[in-house]
Amino acid sequence: MDLHYLEQFFGPMWPFVWSIAKIVAIVLPLFIAVAYLTFAERKIIGYIQVRVGPNRVGPKGWLQPIADALKLMTKEIIVPTGANKFLFLMAPILSIMPALAAWAVIPFDPNLVLANVNAGLLYVMAITSMGVYGVIIAGWASNSKYAFLGALRSAAQIVSYEIAMVFALVGVLMMSHSLNLVEIVQRQGSGWGLVSWNFIPLFPLFLVYLISGVAETNRAPFDVAEGESEIVAGFHVEYSGMAFAVFFLAEYANMILVSALAAIMFLGGWLSPVPFLPDGFPWLLAKIAFVLFLFLWFRATFPRYRYDQIMRLGWKVFIPVTLVWLIVIGGWMQTSLWLWQK
Amino acid sequence: MTYSSIVFYAFSLILVASALRVITARNPVHAALFLVLSFVTAAGLWLLLEAEFLAIALVLVYVGAVMVLFLFVVMMLDINLDRLREGYWDYLVPALVVAFAMLAEMAAVLWGKYFSLGSMPPPAPLPANYSNTRELGRLLYTDYVYPFEIAAVILLVAIVAAIALTLRRRKDSKYVDPARQVVVRRRDRVRIVSMAAEKPRTAVQETEEVTG
Repeated sequence: MDLHYLEQFFGPMWPFVWSIAKIVAIVLPLFIAVAYLTFAERKIIGYIQVRVGPNRVGPKGWLQPIADALKLMTKEIIVPTGANKFLFLMAPILSIMPALAAWAVIPFDPNLVLANVNAGLLYVMAITSMGVYGVIIAGWASNSKYAFLGALRSAAQIVSYEIAMVFALVGVLMMSHSLNLVEIVQRQGSGWGLVSWNFIPLFPLFLVYLISGVAETNRAPFDVAEGESEIVAGFHVEYSGMAFAVFFLAEYANMILVSALAAIMFLGGWLSPVPFLPDGFPWLLAKIAFVLFLFLWFRATFPRYRYDQIMRLGWKVFIPVTLVWLIVIGGWMQTSLWLWQK
Repeated sequence: MTYSSIVFYAFSLILVASALRVITARNPVHAALFLVLSFVTAAGLWLLLEAEFLAIALVLVYVGAVMVLFLFVVMMLDINLDRLREGYWDYLVPALVVAFAMLAEMAAVLWGKYFSLGSMPPPAPLPANYSNTRELGRLLYTDYVYPFEIAAVILLVAIVAAIALTLRRRKDSKYVDPARQVVVRRRDRVRIVSMAAEKPRTAVQETEEVTG
């Protein structure tokens, strides 16, 4: 396609239009992926529980997410009495913003990345750490005790697991000597395929990252923030219609983001697992899908954690494990027994 | 006017406005959220100065962790605004003195002979692949390693002290110990015993049970 005609048509507005076009090119497929992730979740959990799952809307139920979206869009948004209206409506936006903004630095290919910045990993950590505001403001602005309790639980959980998650990523930094996500992936490709990926030398950190990722996104078995049996639906109990849908979108977009980061940091991004097949974007897609499947599998398998056990796991198990493994990796790298790139 | 100076003035405007709202907002939660906004805007200004590590660390530490805990506390408080405003006129005079002193200090720096813009030329623009983070790390762990380590130890002592000061164990409260709970196994709680079967009943007894 020749872009010169378009460039002439827009004139000085072209850089702005081109940036918007690139953002849409990332966000639109992401939203479609979110919609079909909800469908995949219902189908996969259905089959795990020996049910069929949604199969009425469209052929084999494939139009179900679109029907859900239409339903949520046409429903009324109810603002509770005594709620802080501005913050109440602001909270869903604050919770989806980080889930979308973090995609700016995610590389899909060595050349296909919106912003190839040096401090990419730091940027992702900083942006995702802002996600907790959506939850905590939603809980406070709803003027409801269930929402407030859910928000407090969730915020404490997210802040605690963030530490373990960031420590796990420090191991990735030690492996790759760079904060740039493209370089992090390229360091993992030494021609040996699967065995040169980060997840083998950093296996304990990979597990900690994966489980902390489940806790960070408030997914089962760490979904005490919306524990239905105790606090109704947690921080978003007062939300309805599109405001609720935005929280829902944010949760699933965050799941995809955590999976994409796991694929890039530990599973070699777009690199091929075997040396004789070419590298490329489909591999990244397959790895993201695999990690997402783990998320759904966890939800269908494990009962919900009790709150004090979640805190114990985060502070007394994960953080010490990451610290010990960082020391092990640091020492191992200095010896001649180190098998990976230095 | 270049693009970066437009961004600078826009961010400065937001920063000053939100900083003002931090001290004028009636609702303490709103004040805390305006403080978050001013941190994020300050991070944007630092990015303009090519200090990307500091900018991102500001967002990561202050916005992502410190202010969340701060909001926690503020949200739980039931603040009576009238009582907060009681001593307003009494504190006004000392507050004005402090404000004037701060203003004078800033004016001395900004308008003085030694700190004026003329004596501080702008730094040379850095190449695109220059990593601020790597340079900062190199300096911290080579030239400034002792001050850095001492600061780290002081912070660690402060953390331990803060926890030790606030930790009060009530003797009479009942609590669960998760460490002991997770090591429990089934055989600690349940015992399966085998019982001898009862004497088999006759056909007459069974029909009596059903009909009677």
